[in-house]
Amino acid sequence: MTKQQILDLYFLDARHKLIEVAAFLDRMERAEGTADFRLKAFRTALAKLDGKGKAKAKKVLLAFSDPTSKPISVATTKGAVGAYRP
Amino acid sequence: MKYIEPHAHMVSRTTDDYERMALAGCAAVCEPAFWAGFDRSSAAGFYDYFSQLTEHEPKRAARFGLKHFCWLCINSKEAEDVKLAEEVIALIPQFINRPNVLGIGEIGLNKNSRNELRVLELQVDLAAKYKQLILVHTPHLEDKLKGTRLILDVLKNDPRIKPERVIIDHVEEHTVEQVLDAGMWAGMTLYPETKCTPARAIDILETYGHERLWLNSACDWGVSDPLAVPKTAQKMRKRGHLAGAIEKIVFANPQKFLRQSPNFKGI
Repeated sequence: MTKQQILDLYFLDARHKLIEVAAFLDRMERAEGTADFRLKAFRTALAKLDGKGKAKAKKVLLAFSDPTSKPISVATTKGAVGAYRP
Repeated sequence: MKYIEPHAHMVSRTTDDYERMALAGCAAVCEPAFWAGFDRSSAAGFYDYFSQLTEHEPKRAARFGLKHFCWLCINSKEAEDVKLAEEVIALIPQFINRPNVLGIGEIGLNKNSRNELRVLELQVDLAAKYKQLILVHTPHLEDKLKGTRLILDVLKNDPRIKPERVIIDHVEEHTVEQVLDAGMWAGMTLYPETKCTPARAIDILETYGHERLWLNSACDWGVSDPLAVPKTAQKMRKRGHLAGAIEKIVFANPQKFLRQSPNFKGI
């Protein structure tokens, strides 16, 4: 596909999602209390969108990922929260 | 368009879903054993589940002209209890020769714990002993990268395991390359919010090509869409993919992998 065709197909959807991200960050700024590790991870991931480099989706996913390599001693929960807790 | 749904948890779906899948061109549905959304209290619960997968569900699918196949295992979410897992694994050989069984799956990791890893190794051993195909679940969200690496290490360290007989499911942009580089197959799961969206799955196809990749809906009791595969085929058409390339991803590729099981007949 050409850049023009991709814009025609995906621009409005991407614009909508970007505004949702901006509104989420505004909501966080307005809220009281302190944010946990997820907001920091989110901002780190957000920085991966900057510039013209390739593989942005991969870089964002890596920013949220557990970078360690050894198994944990025991699973105390079944769920994942979306960001690695250092 | 004819397609194969290589990963769907139909025990959680209604007959309406079977009908809609058949109308959309589904030729066969393959159902890995998974977590029911709650922990089963004993191995007897798994005995009943394996009976459901091998006896009842094929009949339900046949009412809509669909062939139903399944995979057997204890899933990683219930693998923290190694004693229970050993009891469940001991049940599997009595089901393994049933005519719709394709292999061992979906085994894998969830939180990447030592016990989960132990149970994964036991089930890889089971698959090797019984010469079965393997379908692997990779963890969710922040646990996926590490879990995929640990899983690949287990599989690559067992010389009995042939990589072309293993499908690693739920790959995303940060894990697909290492799976393909290991010579294994990679599944992309099409979910509305987590895993891959149709647009991202098509991005991955455009980046890594059409070999050893397939699409699945992994529809279950959660937010998921049993028609995700044909809907993605439609989006591939919209992005200019040719009919032959789409057919390869949604039909020929899963057919090629699954035909390595002698039970995958008539498709």
